[in-house]
Amino acid sequence: MTAPLLRLDDVRATLRLKGGEQTLLDGVSLEIGEGEALGLVGESGSGKSLTTRAITRMLGPEFAVTGEIEFGGASVLGMNAAKLRRYRSQDVGMIFQDPRAHVNPVHRVGDFLTEALVQNRGVDRREAERRAVVLLDEVGVRNPEHRLRQYPHELSGGLLQRVMIASVLLTEPRLILADEPTTALDVTAQSDVMAILDEQRRARGLALLFITHDLELAAACCDRLAVMYAGEIVEQGAHVYDAPSHPYTVELLGARPSIDERADRLPVLRYNRETHELMKAEA
Amino acid sequence: MTTPSTTSLAVARVTRERRRAGVVTATRDRLGVLGCTAAAVLLVIVVAALFAPIVAPYDPDFPDLLAALSGPSPAHLLGTDALGRDILSRLIWGARITLAGPGLVILIATVVGVLLALLAAWRGGRTDTVITWLLDVLFAVPGIVFGLIAVAIWGPGLGTVVAGLSIAYIPYVARVVRGAALRERNMPYVSAAWLQGQSGTGITFTQVLPNVQPIVVAQAVSSLGFAVIDLAAVSFLGLGVQPPTADLGLMVKSGFDSMLRGHPIEAIAAGTLIVVIVWCVTVIGDRLTSSARSLR
Repeated sequence: MTAPLLRLDDVRATLRLKGGEQTLLDGVSLEIGEGEALGLVGESGSGKSLTTRAITRMLGPEFAVTGEIEFGGASVLGMNAAKLRRYRSQDVGMIFQDPRAHVNPVHRVGDFLTEALVQNRGVDRREAERRAVVLLDEVGVRNPEHRLRQYPHELSGGLLQRVMIASVLLTEPRLILADEPTTALDVTAQSDVMAILDEQRRARGLALLFITHDLELAAACCDRLAVMYAGEIVEQGAHVYDAPSHPYTVELLGARPSIDERADRLPVLRYNRETHELMKAEA
Repeated sequence: MTTPSTTSLAVARVTRERRRAGVVTATRDRLGVLGCTAAAVLLVIVVAALFAPIVAPYDPDFPDLLAALSGPSPAHLLGTDALGRDILSRLIWGARITLAGPGLVILIATVVGVLLALLAAWRGGRTDTVITWLLDVLFAVPGIVFGLIAVAIWGPGLGTVVAGLSIAYIPYVARVVRGAALRERNMPYVSAAWLQGQSGTGITFTQVLPNVQPIVVAQAVSSLGFAVIDLAAVSFLGLGVQPPTADLGLMVKSGFDSMLRGHPIEAIAAGTLIVVIVWCVTVIGDRLTSSARSLR
């Protein structure tokens, strides 16, 4: 087996506050191969977003990060400023949950799209715009030339998320980090955006770390799933959706509503911090 | 794309019309009726000052000693001063310096102040502490004192006073802009740009600066009113603009002497013009400030 594109080995992130310390990532280990999609699911506060921030080294100085994060064989934690910039701008692309907050409101869509290419790659502005138009067309944005001249507030959420996807694809990264890219959208826009992301990713052979609450969605578009709880990955692999083995995953999958069965009440998760600690002690 | 050209032409026309209407509406929305009035009055004064050589009926420095201290007449609408110079012409020429001096003060103070504020907001930590401390020290000293210190070092003159006041006005701009920049700095779009691999300098100027720009403009205009008064005051004390150059502050001073001899027009006219300029600038600055706040 060839070396994975991204490898996290026993990554811990500890938040150091005046009152004391709190470990928010508690030994996360995962691997993503070239062109592979990994779905990261888990409840709010389980450390999913924190994991992506650790991968891009966007955690502030208040965090102590230990363990090993490797991208293409290079240690991310050991990168100097110049290497880190190149890694962030060329190797990984990030799609955020709320596109509106992550696009500068006073810049035109075209400037937002071409900014990275012009500033970091030295691509000619006109060439960058041409590429942006092609990509907007590919992600299903109609009338792309016109969109380039518009401001973010003139676009709908779904449209803006497509712009976001296009902006990531423009820089031709090897890994896309998608942090709940569909959570802020309505259901129809969700499926459109997801279909586009999935299609583009496969066509380009990009790796994907897909964070979501939606187990079905993750199972449908990812090769493997990883389930997080309290800063740990409790279970991961291709089997998770069909044959979960960890009690938390079993309960989580059992609590989904199903369109085929009628249920008066969905089961409540009984797995909590206590059972989690007990499980750990046993293992 | 296969969009019919007629559609895009129509779209282009609508956009253009909207943009044109947008400028007028935006101005009215931001300034309100009072602000628009102030802007109109200020515009008249600025245009008259700019075209002083054409607008002014007489040479402002030509002394007609035989007609000294004459009252208003068809020949001299506002009469003449103690040396027989036409007061109206001197007002028009004086407005030039009275506007240009403070304008330069604010321009310098804004550029330096914004750079300091952005640096403080971006670097944070110790840099921020030092810059904030420096600004507080500058704040503690009244602007006019800086003008006087500059005069004490380099001697009287407009350039000296402008240099001194420029330093004094830095904190007025920098403090407000720093606060706004700090808020913008923590917005998600800044970390998104950071994640795109943009440099700190790049983000500061392309991401943060455009977002604090309304506040910069509002603060600069508000400070302009104070600068006009300070500069006029220094000239009144005889330490700024030197005679025989026409300047409003200087005219209040020389008119003050004429007033004791029963000819109050020069002092009143020059004083009134200063008040009108300051009022206009302050009203506009006030309106810009509240509209910049409402954008948040």
